Amino acid sequence: MALPQVKQDATEARLAATDRPAKGAAWAETARDAALSRVRSMGLPHRRDEYWKFTTPDSLVQPDAPAAAVHVSDETNTFDEVERLHIVFVDGVFDASASDELALEGVNIERLADAVSTDIHWAKDVYGVLELRGQDPVARPLAALNTALASDGVVIHVTGKASKPINLVYHHTSDTSDAILHHVIKLDQGADLTVLENGPAAARFNKVMEVDVADGATFHHVRTQGRDHERRAVTHLFARLGEESTFKSFTLTANGALTRNECVVELTGDNAAAHVAGACVGDGDFLHDDTVFITHDAVNCESRQVFKKVLRNGARGVFQGKILVKPGAQKTDGYQISQSLLLDGDSEFDAKPELEIYADDVACSHGSTTGAIDEDGLFYLRARGVPEDIATNLMTLAFLAEAVEEIEDESLRNIIVSRLEGWLDRRLG
Amino acid sequence: MLEIKNLHVDLEEEEKTILKGVELTVDAGKVHAIMGPNGSGKSTLSYVLAGRDGYEVTQGSATLDGVDILDMEPEERAAEGLFLAFQYPVEIPGVGNMTFMRTAVNAQRKAKGLDEMSATDFLKLIREKAKELKMDSDMLKRPVNVGFSGGEKKRNEILQMAMLEPKMCILDETDSGLDVDAMKLVADGVNALRQEGRGFLVITHYQRLLDHIKPDVVHIMSNGRIIKTGGPELALEVEKNGYADLIEEVA
Repeated sequence: MALPQVKQDATEARLAATDRPAKGAAWAETARDAALSRVRSMGLPHRRDEYWKFTTPDSLVQPDAPAAAVHVSDETNTFDEVERLHIVFVDGVFDASASDELALEGVNIERLADAVSTDIHWAKDVYGVLELRGQDPVARPLAALNTALASDGVVIHVTGKASKPINLVYHHTSDTSDAILHHVIKLDQGADLTVLENGPAAARFNKVMEVDVADGATFHHVRTQGRDHERRAVTHLFARLGEESTFKSFTLTANGALTRNECVVELTGDNAAAHVAGACVGDGDFLHDDTVFITHDAVNCESRQVFKKVLRNGARGVFQGKILVKPGAQKTDGYQISQSLLLDGDSEFDAKPELEIYADDVACSHGSTTGAIDEDGLFYLRARGVPEDIATNLMTLAFLAEAVEEIEDESLRNIIVSRLEGWLDRRLG
Repeated sequence: MLEIKNLHVDLEEEEKTILKGVELTVDAGKVHAIMGPNGSGKSTLSYVLAGRDGYEVTQGSATLDGVDILDMEPEERAAEGLFLAFQYPVEIPGVGNMTFMRTAVNAQRKAKGLDEMSATDFLKLIREKAKELKMDSDMLKRPVNVGFSGGEKKRNEILQMAMLEPKMCILDETDSGLDVDAMKLVADGVNALRQEGRGFLVITHYQRLLDHIKPDVVHIMSNGRIIKTGGPELALEVEKNGYADLIEEVA
């Protein structure tokens, strides 16, 4: 079916605004060409698309990035106190001088540009491949756009247990930066890696991370998207999980004009586990959208989706979460919860939880709630002398705790909690 | 210490008057009890004094050591030294009991211009007080009142009272939901806090709590007013004859 003219025009205008990256190896050019034709056949998202019903994609699709003032903050980088290898991108461009040497035991790290110019490279089997698998049954055109146009990012091959986490740090320094990053991560059998991400990245940020988790491998992901008020971001995390592998991703978001985090996980090997969680605090002109799609295509796999949002002063939150259980994916254990705490009547939360099950021996549950702060609890705290704002913060932290507890590593969890406390103390100002 | 004059209170949500001219003075160092049938306005009085939303004071005043408390926020009243032990202590999932109490103690210290208590001093103090109430350290770690039995919740109230050292304590139906042993434990906790300079207002439906916490003065409340005031013998009279006779007598 031909695209409507308006969509076709918007798509071409967007494609024309970004140069195609420098020519790479044949396999990379093939992947980019294929992605480009995917974008053209799907068309970029439009506000009337069902999948974008609650989040207007215009600012993510328009040819140039809407200007976003750089947020000046005295905050340190989230993961500074963690012993880690850090890789810095400034407005979407790798900054070698600010980064550590790309060398880590058990891990091979390259820049995307180097990997895609290598004629024979393992990334051929992942780059754009997991993204493509994630295009069905729901189109994710902004991810295909990323595959077609990304010129930077990292390509990580994990052969054993990484000796420390890799921290991708994204600085935002230009009011009009329009960044596209594409990371590819492959974990060999039994390998183990933690990836940390933080920073606002750019005025507009389009990021794709493809993660191929082989049998028995473990991937942990913890990220914070900071208080840069005007930035916009669309991120896609595509993961394919082998037998007995583990994938855990947690995101903490505070402010930003628009954030759409999509996470698409495919459980393809038996006994695998995928946990995706997020906590977000939004104040004012803010929209945060978590869109999650987990496909069970193997036996005895477990998945969890735990998303909590605290919203005030007109902030909006969106959750679209799906568990798809394919025929034969017996003994699936799927859990999904999305909850919002609205601190005033101006804020809004839209949730679309979905289950689609084609196997008969599964346990899947989902729930979604929206509510105001518990007045009885608030009064109880105040009656003990706790001022209203501190009492509200305490109850807010308590509300978010279930999502934060999804972070397995205690020291990382503590970092996230103290970051959250800091943000709440500043009243997100 | 606590002086309530001609207090009239309506429910905000519906056109209903609950308190119709309460007159009550509690002196420092004294224990006053308020007894009365269901719906007489006892709990409303405690909530209004603590500053809960949903009530409108239409007439009268309430002062603590001469300071008008009715216009204050609940946390300001607490900092002035008012403490309400809740009839139904609220469960707050996710907030640790210890975090809660430390926040409360330090907020009150801050309001009084004092330095925050160090973590070590706080821990030492709360462990000592908890031990007196036979509360194990697990109860301090758990979320506030979550999964606590009725008796544990009430002990937790008394622990908070002991930690905050208020000058005016209001106990709202502290005996409800307690077996005899638990009631004795709670009463011992309260009695340990009895001292010169601290007033108590014990709201109860039954006389049995007053066997353990001996009042100096007993008030009978009915239909939004104090209808009779006397000594401890008044509580025994209620126990024997019920409220009906008294109410009739006054009417």
